[in-house]
Amino acid sequence: MNRTKGDEEEYWNSSKFKAFTFDDEDDELSQLKESKRAVNSLRDFVDDDDDEDLERVSWSGEPVGSISWSIKETAGNSGSSHEGREQLKNRNSFSYAQLPKPTSTYSLSSFFRGRTRPGSFQSLSDALSDTPAKSYAPELGRPKGEYRDYSNEWSPSDTVRRLRKGKVCSLERFRSLQDKLQLLEEAVSMHDGNVITAVLIFLKRTLSKEILFRELEVRQIALRHFIHFLKEIGDQKLLLDLFKFLDRTEELALSHYREHLNIQDPEKRKEFLKTCIGLPFSAEDSAHIQDHYTLLERQIIIEANDRHLESAGQTEIFRKHPRKASILNMPLVTTLFYSCFYHYMEAEGTFSSPINLKKTFKIPDKQYVLTALAARAKLRAWHDVDALFTTKNWLGYTKKRAPIGFHRVVEILHKNSAPVQILQEYVNLVEDVDTKLNLATKFKCHDVVIDTCRDLKDRQQLLAYRSKVDKGSAEEEKIDTILSSSQIRWKN
Amino acid sequence: MAFPLRPDAPELPDFSMLKRLARDQLIYLLEQLPGKKDLFIEADLMSPLDRIANVSILKQHEVDKLYKVENKPALSSNEQLCFLVRPRIKNMRYIANLVNADKLAGRTRKYKVIFSPQKFYACEMVLEEEGIYGDVSCDEWAFSLLPLDVDLLSMELPEFFRDYFLEGDQRWTNTVAQALHLLSTLYGSFPNCYGVGRCARMSYELWRKLEEEEDSETKGRRPEIGHIFLLDRDMDFVTALCSQVVYEGLVDDTFRIKCGSVDFGPEVTSSDKSLKVLLNAEDKVFNEIRNEHFSNVFGFLSQKARNLQAQYDRRRGMDIKQMKNFVSQELKGLKQEHRLLSLHIGACESIMKKKTKQDFQELIKTEHALLEGFNIRESTNYIEEHIDRQVSPIESLRLMCLLSITENGLIPKDYRSLKTQYLQSYGPEHLLTFSNLRRAGLLTEQAPGDTLTAVESKVSKLVTDKAAGKITDAFSSLAKRSNFRAISKKLNLIPRVDGEYDLKVPRDMAYVFSGAYVPLSCRIIEQVLERRSWQGLDEVVRLLNCSEFAFTDMTKEDKTSSESLRLILVVFLGGCTFSEISALRFLGREKGYRFIFLTTAITNSARLMEAMSEVKA
Repeated sequence: MNRTKGDEEEYWNSSKFKAFTFDDEDDELSQLKESKRAVNSLRDFVDDDDDEDLERVSWSGEPVGSISWSIKETAGNSGSSHEGREQLKNRNSFSYAQLPKPTSTYSLSSFFRGRTRPGSFQSLSDALSDTPAKSYAPELGRPKGEYRDYSNEWSPSDTVRRLRKGKVCSLERFRSLQDKLQLLEEAVSMHDGNVITAVLIFLKRTLSKEILFRELEVRQIALRHFIHFLKEIGDQKLLLDLFKFLDRTEELALSHYREHLNIQDPEKRKEFLKTCIGLPFSAEDSAHIQDHYTLLERQIIIEANDRHLESAGQTEIFRKHPRKASILNMPLVTTLFYSCFYHYMEAEGTFSSPINLKKTFKIPDKQYVLTALAARAKLRAWHDVDALFTTKNWLGYTKKRAPIGFHRVVEILHKNSAPVQILQEYVNLVEDVDTKLNLATKFKCHDVVIDTCRDLKDRQQLLAYRSKVDKGSAEEEKIDTILSSSQIRWKN
Repeated sequence: MAFPLRPDAPELPDFSMLKRLARDQLIYLLEQLPGKKDLFIEADLMSPLDRIANVSILKQHEVDKLYKVENKPALSSNEQLCFLVRPRIKNMRYIANLVNADKLAGRTRKYKVIFSPQKFYACEMVLEEEGIYGDVSCDEWAFSLLPLDVDLLSMELPEFFRDYFLEGDQRWTNTVAQALHLLSTLYGSFPNCYGVGRCARMSYELWRKLEEEEDSETKGRRPEIGHIFLLDRDMDFVTALCSQVVYEGLVDDTFRIKCGSVDFGPEVTSSDKSLKVLLNAEDKVFNEIRNEHFSNVFGFLSQKARNLQAQYDRRRGMDIKQMKNFVSQELKGLKQEHRLLSLHIGACESIMKKKTKQDFQELIKTEHALLEGFNIRESTNYIEEHIDRQVSPIESLRLMCLLSITENGLIPKDYRSLKTQYLQSYGPEHLLTFSNLRRAGLLTEQAPGDTLTAVESKVSKLVTDKAAGKITDAFSSLAKRSNFRAISKKLNLIPRVDGEYDLKVPRDMAYVFSGAYVPLSCRIIEQVLERRSWQGLDEVVRLLNCSEFAFTDMTKEDKTSSESLRLILVVFLGGCTFSEISALRFLGREKGYRFIFLTTAITNSARLMEAMSEVKA
């Protein structure tokens, strides 16, 4: 019940259906817990003998005897003695897969009729006929030689059909450009991508780059297959040439940029990113690339510096909160969090200061406040938190403002286990009364709840809340005083 | 509670046959390499393999040790090595390194590569380039249909989504066609075929070609499945991007169901060990709650717990003989139920905790607002805050995509600002992710002029008319306007409900999204099945950008029984979600149909986003 009631009701009324609410803990979860108790209470009776009908599960959770389990075993004691494996064999209990008995009416032989005669020669006509008995049974057991072309005269469409069936089929006789292109068209019109790629491999080998690119440009389906093929085999050079030829400058740039993912060394990666900056990205992406480079550059400096500080052991913050990981290659927001955590007070001039990061990368106010708040709250630096939201007007009066809304502030503070006094202060700053009441109830800010009820003159709610506070506590006393006050004109 | 099947519901075909077939084929392949051998298995194939075989079967066929294909040198000392892999370039490089290292050391061994479900020419090319073509023998294991449940077949090819919808690579169409061919061979051809989407159309055409080429031994066969419906994932991204709230979907979103089973950690099992649990119709407790809206699940589980308690309590007044009967006949069943019950209660508890923590209520509220198209500004702010607070990168991305698709793209100002903040929060390299999402049409910017047309006409100038037509095809099939709002109106996807939507007694498929939205994909299927054609849906098809790719194909079949005419095979190309499965199961119960699902993989919003992410988490 942490959302404003008003909002919710308005929403559900407007959309006319009621969703199940997940945070209705009182009802559903307790019901669930009850069932769980009931089931658990049966354990005593049930757990008397071993779990013979349960599957056996190894420490990693894989059922013993399953293939995944067995592979882990091999990996674990590769080179282990045979005895060990014998034992395993005996331990195997295959209750897991519950396979039907292999006495199948669909025995193998019925599927490979006439095909598996070992050593027997098949007649030429048999080998040539394009009507295999059943294609769902793989064409096994026949020596590859039998698939060989008996004729050089397959038409493009026959050739493509043979390729689809996975038969070895020479393409060498398609030598004229016209023949090659006809072959490609046939492959495309058959829709089998594997065959399209097979023809493209042949074309790549037998045509000059320029001719191949020119022909692919007007055959988009084939072109897409070719691009994917080049990506897969990692022929980056040809891919970049192709994009250049096609004048697809943005893809060219992105494709080049992608390579940085394979560079582990931060210095080298940084240098590589530098080469990306001038590439023909969209204006928007150019800025992102520039930022990427600058960020890594910064991180390298910060990392070197902080590693030094940490190992020197002279800086309190690093002693108290040792770094869990390097900051290299982390996102900007994580870097900002890091700098708010370790370098909050630094002057704007240093590379690691949060303000410097904010300016360099034009981080929006909202994002900055959110991140700084999370970092300072984690350190329980409540004073910094306070300063984050305090603004002074020209008369010198202070006022609290939060670009992210105080309800969020409260949630973040709570997540970092802020004490009630601190929470209370910010809950009070939440403008919407219902939200305020919800948050106060959720985070047990008794004073806020009580005061708000009083201000709302909501006697019923206050009465209800009385039952939730501890007996004999100061809160209870406060509620009683208010309830008995004759000054308040209750609305209910 | 838990909708029972209608008494007239048609029987499902027996798909366990597919498992036997796959296993027999594998055994056959293993025997092609006689003698002792070590088997290297690709990680992604391990779970599917576990579903159809086990270690002792492999050992029976002289597999000695099992290894995972990974980037580590192999320690195997066996004289024969067998690799069971997906057709991927990196696997070829791995094998090549291994073989070439052996060669360098002057060692000769026998190598066999088994590609599943098929080999690709690009792989063979790599083997050739690496100089090991001929040193290794290649085979194909056409294991492309794994029955995950009585009504659910998965191809276990999650990469289908990225390969086709991002890269435009049609390499899996043949695999799909082969799978359909296998089904029609075993269960009879499908008399009524429908489809929508470019890939659907291509796969269908390729399959028909296959059927024509094969001898017609099966043609006389009585069809067991009356209808087939093929659908491309990009017809409906919206549904796949929504948070799931039916139990099975929620379990998938929270714990990730992998190949029909889930790993429940200690927080669920309330012990110190994890448990791998198969989730399917055989789990009696699960079967009753899997399609339920999460809010109903608690009530059901407590009821069950009470019943169970009562049944155990019965033993109190028993004499010896009755007790003996009780122990020998009922106890085992009760114990099994008890185990399942406490597991699912544990799972519910864990889901509740997680969802409460992440403010699920507000998230759902935002999603519903996006679906209905009101308070767009507020939703945009919500997403922005999500990003600023560095809440999960996948979640933020998903919400942005949902906003983009429902609104036909983001306004440029918002696009720029959200993108900048995203890069600042989660890392600049996500620039690549944004480029991918834009290409796939998942996250776009509302363009002032139609830039697509500009590129198109520029290219068209270069080529002949015929080729230009093809280019237009290619372009229109990729980035296109989603028109979600218009489609939603046309198909009534946002139900008008007076009063409360009672989730305990669902009135339509919208219940899978708390009554807020009928999944578009399922609505399309419903409408077409009702009409037995696309008639009257022209406008919808146009809005889906699919005028050329919506098709119907009926063969006059006298032998089709009325029962099989109520069996419908739905093929999701690019993945389907558990919410869609639940919605169609519901539709089936309402109309007396039964749906069978064939999907390239089970998917959900997180998987879709991860497939588009350039930086691997």
